[in-house]
Amino acid sequence: MPTLTYRDALNQALREEMQRDDRVFLMGEEVGVYQGAYKVSRGLLEEFGARRVVDTPITELGFAGVGVGAAMVGLRPVIEMMTFNFALLAVDQIVNSAAKMRYMSNGQVGVPMVVRGPGGAALQLGAQHSQAFESWYAHIPGLKVVMPATPADAKGLLKSAIRDDNPVIFIEGEMLYNTKGEVPEGEYTIPLGVADIKREGTDVTIVCHSKTVAVALKAAEQLAADGISAEVIDLRTIRPLDTGTVLESVARTHRCVVVEEGWHFAGVGAQVVDTIQREIFDALDAPVLRVTGAEVPMPYNKQLEKLAKADPAKVIAAVRQVLYVD
Amino acid sequence: MEALSPTMEEGRVVEWKKQEGEPVAVGDVLAEVETDKAVMELVARAAGTMLKHVVAAGATVPVSELVAVIGEPGEAVEAGNGKKTEGRKDGKAEGPAAEPAKPEAPKAGAPAPGTQPTADRENRPTSMPPAPPAAAATETGRVKASPLARKIAAERGLDLQGVAGSGPQGRIVQRDLAALSARPAAAAAPQVPAFRPVPAGEPFADVPLSQIRKTIARRLAQSLGPVPTFYLTIEVDMERVAEAREALNAAGQGKVSFNDITIKAVALALKQHPACNAWWQDDHIRYWNEVHVSMAVAIEDGLITPVIRHADQKGLRQIAAESKDLAGRARERKLTPEEYTGGTFSVSNLGMLDIEEFTAIINPPEAGIIAIGRIAEKPVVQAGAIVPRKRMRLTMSCDHRVIDGATGAQFLQTLKGMLENPLALVW
Repeated sequence: MPTLTYRDALNQALREEMQRDDRVFLMGEEVGVYQGAYKVSRGLLEEFGARRVVDTPITELGFAGVGVGAAMVGLRPVIEMMTFNFALLAVDQIVNSAAKMRYMSNGQVGVPMVVRGPGGAALQLGAQHSQAFESWYAHIPGLKVVMPATPADAKGLLKSAIRDDNPVIFIEGEMLYNTKGEVPEGEYTIPLGVADIKREGTDVTIVCHSKTVAVALKAAEQLAADGISAEVIDLRTIRPLDTGTVLESVARTHRCVVVEEGWHFAGVGAQVVDTIQREIFDALDAPVLRVTGAEVPMPYNKQLEKLAKADPAKVIAAVRQVLYVD
Repeated sequence: MEALSPTMEEGRVVEWKKQEGEPVAVGDVLAEVETDKAVMELVARAAGTMLKHVVAAGATVPVSELVAVIGEPGEAVEAGNGKKTEGRKDGKAEGPAAEPAKPEAPKAGAPAPGTQPTADRENRPTSMPPAPPAAAATETGRVKASPLARKIAAERGLDLQGVAGSGPQGRIVQRDLAALSARPAAAAAPQVPAFRPVPAGEPFADVPLSQIRKTIARRLAQSLGPVPTFYLTIEVDMERVAEAREALNAAGQGKVSFNDITIKAVALALKQHPACNAWWQDDHIRYWNEVHVSMAVAIEDGLITPVIRHADQKGLRQIAAESKDLAGRARERKLTPEEYTGGTFSVSNLGMLDIEEFTAIINPPEAGIIAIGRIAEKPVVQAGAIVPRKRMRLTMSCDHRVIDGATGAQFLQTLKGMLENPLALVW
């Protein structure tokens, strides 16, 4: 199996889907001539032409609206947001149009659109460019929210997202684009709404997604040295949430820590905790703990930024707490 | 009157355990109540003072009728009216409660006359809806435990009261129960089967006493002393054991006695009847998974019972060697305490002294002992003809708190079968 970067896995998925279905087109800032701010769309303008790889002005609300309209009349737009920090401007089209159209048209008109781009923090991009918004979108009925953590998942999930008949918010990560992994060639899809056990374990379940999968795996490795066996579940899709995989795991391990990059209040982890305590209360030997970003605008200062992020040390501390080892 | 069993429709108050005027805490036993199945404990669901026994001891009352009133000292109580309960639920003032207290109501220094009745505020009756599930019942005792620990406790019939929790603020968590072999369940214990097989790998399992076991224990002990014993005698044909023994001994490598063979057979039969391989522990029964046979040995001024450990797993020659060694050192008083304690069942043999049969006294906390009589040729009817056969009588003394008649009898049947077909000892 070839080893690809996350960036190239996305590129492969886009190319294959555009080859497979000529209704699929890519639109966004710098996606064409510049080949993408993060080079995800490299080579696509050359292969598919300007009709299907469309450069836009800096008008997120505008081109998101074009995407909604195109989807309503039968195309399958992939709208690239340079980052989801900029997608704040497009939230009205995403929430009020894309998410509602099927419901408000009594099922007559769907919006098979993917809005994709990096989310969350990178390094020292400051408070306005370092935000994880997945819980915002996951809050909205009518939207699916997908967040791959590995190159293979990026490919398999993007292909499924493009084929999905509903609006899908597909959040990548700047810090993920250069990560490498084996990616199956050709037709390879992963169904939306299915979590993945990235590491098996017996003592505690660590639920995570996107960039925090690497954080959790590193924590699990260090915990193993202390004789603690942690299971790492990558949600992969935030909504619909794969509660079955999470519940099955926590019912076995009796303890759970939920990790995410975003803020604590009303975060994705809160939804996971709600499900666990409601469905398998009697299986719990400890309260479910959450490791999240600090409740502050992301500091620019390098050291403060480091302190504000979820990291393996914080995950390990939470795991030790739910295992009552300290 | 609380429903103390799923099928209970009425209960008879056997005895009030809280007298009028006595303080009551949640979980206190208020009365013993005889149900359709057993005498059970009626437990307080609210704290306060026992103000009034609405029902006298001996009376039978339908489930959910008022039996007593718990409240604050001095509160007015209206006797014998179950309706009062419903009237008070919403907490508003109520006509009958304002009546002056009847003279007999609160005693033990309660200043009844002249005190304003406050019955509708705090007065809580014991009449409650049917008992909640066991786990919830322990929660009223404010035990701090994780949901998982509660679930395990409910499944295993453990009482979390008094368990030292190792979690934050003393929370009882899963690992605290792993160390806890078992404790008796609280009054409203979950229904526990009379016998549960010992889980593999554990040396024993402690099983809380069921209500019927408690009643059997109490009543029989009143009748027969602290260890209510009954006796079962069975006669065993020893022809084939005698042949086998002769052949074994002819092969050399040490002699095997009838006693050794019987010990081995007892051990194997106990393995098949774990209900007889148990210790009475006052508030629970310890069912052993391991079989350690105590062997009564006469010594100069008494007797001692060295133990053949794991006798079910040892070969006859090993048992013979060990019993010889133990008996020898017992007579020389050279046994260490570990060698004469920890048995799970006993045998005592007076056959070599020509005793036909006898009843041995149980070696507590063991629940049974087998008395071995002599082996003698006796006329036996076999296929219509009288033939001489070697016969032996075994008498088992059973602690009735642990072993019931049929249980003991089935064990003896197995034992007899093994001795009459000694090849079974090899399997």
